[in-house]
Amino acid sequence: MFLTDTDLQSILLTLRLASVVTLILFLVGTPVAWWLARTRSRWKGPIGAVVALPLVLPPSVLGFYLLVTMGPNGPVGQLTQALGIGLLPFTFWGLVVASVFYSFPFMVQPVQNAFEAVGERPLEVAATLRASPLDAFFSVALPLALPGFLTAGILTFAHTVGEFGVVLMIGGNIPGVTRVASVQIYDHVEAMEYSDAHRLAAVMLIFSFLVLLALYLWRPNPKNT
Amino acid sequence: MKPIVKLAFAVTLLTAALGARADDIQVAVAANFTAPMKEIAAAFEKETGHKIQAAYGATGKFYAQITNGAPFEALLSADDATPTKLVAEGAAVKGTQFTYAIGTLVLWSAKPGFVDDQGKVLAKGKFEKIAIANPKTAPYGAAAVEVLTGLKLLDQVSPKFVTGENIAQTFQFVSTGNAELGFVALSQVMKDGKITEGSAWIVPGKLHETIRQDAVILEKGKGKPAVIALMDYLKGDKAREIIKSFGYEF
Repeated sequence: MFLTDTDLQSILLTLRLASVVTLILFLVGTPVAWWLARTRSRWKGPIGAVVALPLVLPPSVLGFYLLVTMGPNGPVGQLTQALGIGLLPFTFWGLVVASVFYSFPFMVQPVQNAFEAVGERPLEVAATLRASPLDAFFSVALPLALPGFLTAGILTFAHTVGEFGVVLMIGGNIPGVTRVASVQIYDHVEAMEYSDAHRLAAVMLIFSFLVLLALYLWRPNPKNT
Repeated sequence: MKPIVKLAFAVTLLTAALGARADDIQVAVAANFTAPMKEIAAAFEKETGHKIQAAYGATGKFYAQITNGAPFEALLSADDATPTKLVAEGAAVKGTQFTYAIGTLVLWSAKPGFVDDQGKVLAKGKFEKIAIANPKTAPYGAAAVEVLTGLKLLDQVSPKFVTGENIAQTFQFVSTGNAELGFVALSQVMKDGKITEGSAWIVPGKLHETIRQDAVILEKGKGKPAVIALMDYLKGDKAREIIKSFGYEF
């Protein structure tokens, strides 16, 4: 194998992080996307803006807030300590929480678009066939919006793999726990181990390209969503 | 000459004249020296009229940037190895390297009374996380590992390491309380000769190799009077007094 053990470890950790985050965001993001797609509430605008914030905010802002709020004197830190979980920074689950925030719009927005594209009509038809709203959601809206879910899942996964700034700020660079591939590359560069950096960087480049290639090949025409 | 041309000519002459006296200096500064550098820069700018553009960060990163053409004219390194290397590689000017400060390592906690003045807290191990700077790239991190190795505590303590990419981030981990304690630079927690907050063990210098911090003029700053003036200023009494007040030695 041309990668070292620690490189491999960082890649596996990255994949594990991205998988967990994608899974959680499917569960958390779907209801939010559904609400945003169907609501007529005046809160739609503000909530939509909050969801999109991580697209605009520098990772340093998110990292700074997370470090302070999840620290022993922050509200989240005091809650986690009271619950006996301890502190989240420098732990795998701390990275998961950070990444869930950071990748939130990448899940919600494609799913929301897909739900909007489904429209009212199929759900009304389902209702006339005596489907309950829950039934209509699972047997009509969800299957129709499936392409949107796939796009969202791939984007969320890939975006989490590509995360760097937030992880650097709250991760503490612990091998096997918080040292993901992007941080490992940064470490190699800082330590002037350029050949190691090249190898791992190439792996990341090829991976990212393949993911995006799959996304674009599989959905050549955006109108089909 | 038309009035407008005259005016332009006068402005050009004036800026040229000012430019000769007041130059911008691009200097890369090791993160541990941030606080004293800000004071020194203010004093230097006031006295000479030159303007200092300082970038603060990890010495290893500056090395990579300098060897790849960064526009820095001088480097205030956190070690003596990096300037030596830059001189050997022709990226820094021979004969301009000197030690501007000797760094002191400190085991520090933001909590009062957490770190005793003998560092016994290390052996007791009643903490979850201890922050150090990346020992591969940061001299203060390497010194911390050396201290722990010498105390035969490395194996016991290293599972609790969280690593900052430079000494500033390491300090940030400890000051926010996310790590209960950590090895940082004395200059980060000392002002006017006193530890400002929390509790600390000033690590005796004999427990690790001397952290000799060297400055050097880089190729891009070669022969520039303003850069030379800054280097001389660093050796002067005024700068030394500031440097000393942050806990450095010479």
